[in-house]
Amino acid sequence: MFELIGVAPQALFGQLLLGLINGAFYAMLSLGLAVIFGLLNVINFTHGAQYMMGAFGAWMLLNYVGIPFWGALVLSPIIVAIIGMIIERTLLRRLYHLDHLYGLLLTFGLALILEGLFRRQYGSSGLPYDNPLPGGTNLGFMFLPNYRGFVVIASLVICLATWFVIERTKLGSYLRAATERPDLVQAFGIDVPRMITLTYGFGVGLAALAGVLAAPAYQVSPTMGSNLIIVVFAVVVIGGMGSIMGAIVTGFGLGVIEGLTKVFYPEASSTVIFVIMAIVLLIKPAGLFGTAK
Amino acid sequence: MTTSHIATSAGQDGYSPVRIIIALAVLAVLLVAPFGVYPVFLMKVMCFALFACAFNLLLGYVGLLSFGHAMFFGGASYICAHAVKVMGFSPELGILAGTAFAAVLGLVAGLLAIRRLGIYFAMVTLALAQMFFFFCLQAPFTGGEDGLQAVPRRPLFGVIDITSDLNLYYVVLAIFIIGFAIIYRTVHSPFGQVLKAIRENEARAVSLGYRVHQYKLMAFVLSAALVGLAGSTKAIVFQLASLTDVAWQMSGEVVLMTLVGGMGTIIGPVVGAAVIVTMQNYLASLGEWVLVIQGVIFVLAVSLFRRGIVGEIVAFIQKRKDAAAN
Repeated sequence: MFELIGVAPQALFGQLLLGLINGAFYAMLSLGLAVIFGLLNVINFTHGAQYMMGAFGAWMLLNYVGIPFWGALVLSPIIVAIIGMIIERTLLRRLYHLDHLYGLLLTFGLALILEGLFRRQYGSSGLPYDNPLPGGTNLGFMFLPNYRGFVVIASLVICLATWFVIERTKLGSYLRAATERPDLVQAFGIDVPRMITLTYGFGVGLAALAGVLAAPAYQVSPTMGSNLIIVVFAVVVIGGMGSIMGAIVTGFGLGVIEGLTKVFYPEASSTVIFVIMAIVLLIKPAGLFGTAK
Repeated sequence: MTTSHIATSAGQDGYSPVRIIIALAVLAVLLVAPFGVYPVFLMKVMCFALFACAFNLLLGYVGLLSFGHAMFFGGASYICAHAVKVMGFSPELGILAGTAFAAVLGLVAGLLAIRRLGIYFAMVTLALAQMFFFFCLQAPFTGGEDGLQAVPRRPLFGVIDITSDLNLYYVVLAIFIIGFAIIYRTVHSPFGQVLKAIRENEARAVSLGYRVHQYKLMAFVLSAALVGLAGSTKAIVFQLASLTDVAWQMSGEVVLMTLVGGMGTIIGPVVGAAVIVTMQNYLASLGEWVLVIQGVIFVLAVSLFRRGIVGEIVAFIQKRKDAAAN
């Protein structure tokens, strides 16, 4: 069968796996964007920089403090989330009564600052981060590097856990209620401003967690976030921000499509997601899982 | 974007004597400026000022924040450079070709982008521009990482020598004035009034019977074409078209210029462009700090002076007037 389509199965499954890993990052980042947007009405342009900070956090914890990957997996997202919550309290909060676009502009400025600072300190080229799970498993039809398998499974678990918390728990129901009518939720005695801060922190932490997971898979570099965030924006436009599950499915799906494009038509692999976005805009402007607003 | 506080003061149509005198004074300064200031720097400012004004037509007067205008700026600059350098076009035809290309690209991108509103519009334009960036990176005629260098400055219309920076300065000045006049006329026309109505309340504009989508698309194409005019001119001035002009950072820079100068004001973007280009010139040696400083200006502008330099001045004058009237 593989001879028929003229592609070696190793290459096909290898790219499929890479696509799944990319998709995992798309899913986690667009999930965080969607959660933040739902409550704050802010498109968090800093999301890419916060993903990059997560990766750098892991690198710094290892090289300056000696904390290995598994410790950084917990610590780095918490640190980045705290920085995020400080930003929300001091800067973002003042803009909620204004047009959404000001939030976008502010977070864009923050992204420039963060990227500039890290480029100033660490240069534009990437820093290596050792693979914490070397080796691999032979699955018969392909060779699976252990760490890559771990990334896919870990991110799936994280995404599904997020979905479960938001859609199936009491905390999540507060969150969804506050997304619809913050004033009413506040009237019921729930501290909405604190909820907003924590939600922003959660979304940012999710981005940083993706960054830590990305550190051993790619290189740690100051530009890793800005390159990714634009693709994630396209993913968000394709999926629409209406549903959590939609963000997860779209993220993974587009990662796989991108991986397949690398096998069959490599020239288009960097643009395929944008082309899909254009097609979706023509057919279903609200996005695949979105509701027209 | 809600900029009603600006609209009240900037919306007045004006050919009052004071304005005409100010305009003539500015023109006089611009005519003698190259004898005091390095002409290439002034030309750079004018190219970016036109870029920002055309961008502001969309952000300030229709309320559409495009994060992808670099594709028109850089795209036009590639087409103009290619037409002049490889195909042997004269500069005026090269600039026309670049502008026409930007208009067509604007039509395609606009048809897609105006299907979404607000932040989605920003994300769609950003994504489309990124797609165009990758296209330019891979397409053979753009010269990849090197760009198109040493674009010849052939005589304009076959007679005007533009190899000297001083001569070229007056050509660029003429182009800038034409572009600025088009924007000024558009903003102060009935068409411009409808655009402002859409910005203030799109639902009401629809209910009044305006075909909002067509108006938005026309504004988008006009903006893209004028940005293309600026980009093509820049290619002639610097004899260069490169990936810098199509990268997302360029889209961000024009947003910054407009924000700093004052969106929704007619000369705000000119002031913003002058400020940012000057800053970049002086701080060029600081390397990566430029990015940080630009980010800080973004944050400060959004947090503290959302009306921008010109917007704040206009608001201050208005306040004084109101106080005097009482």
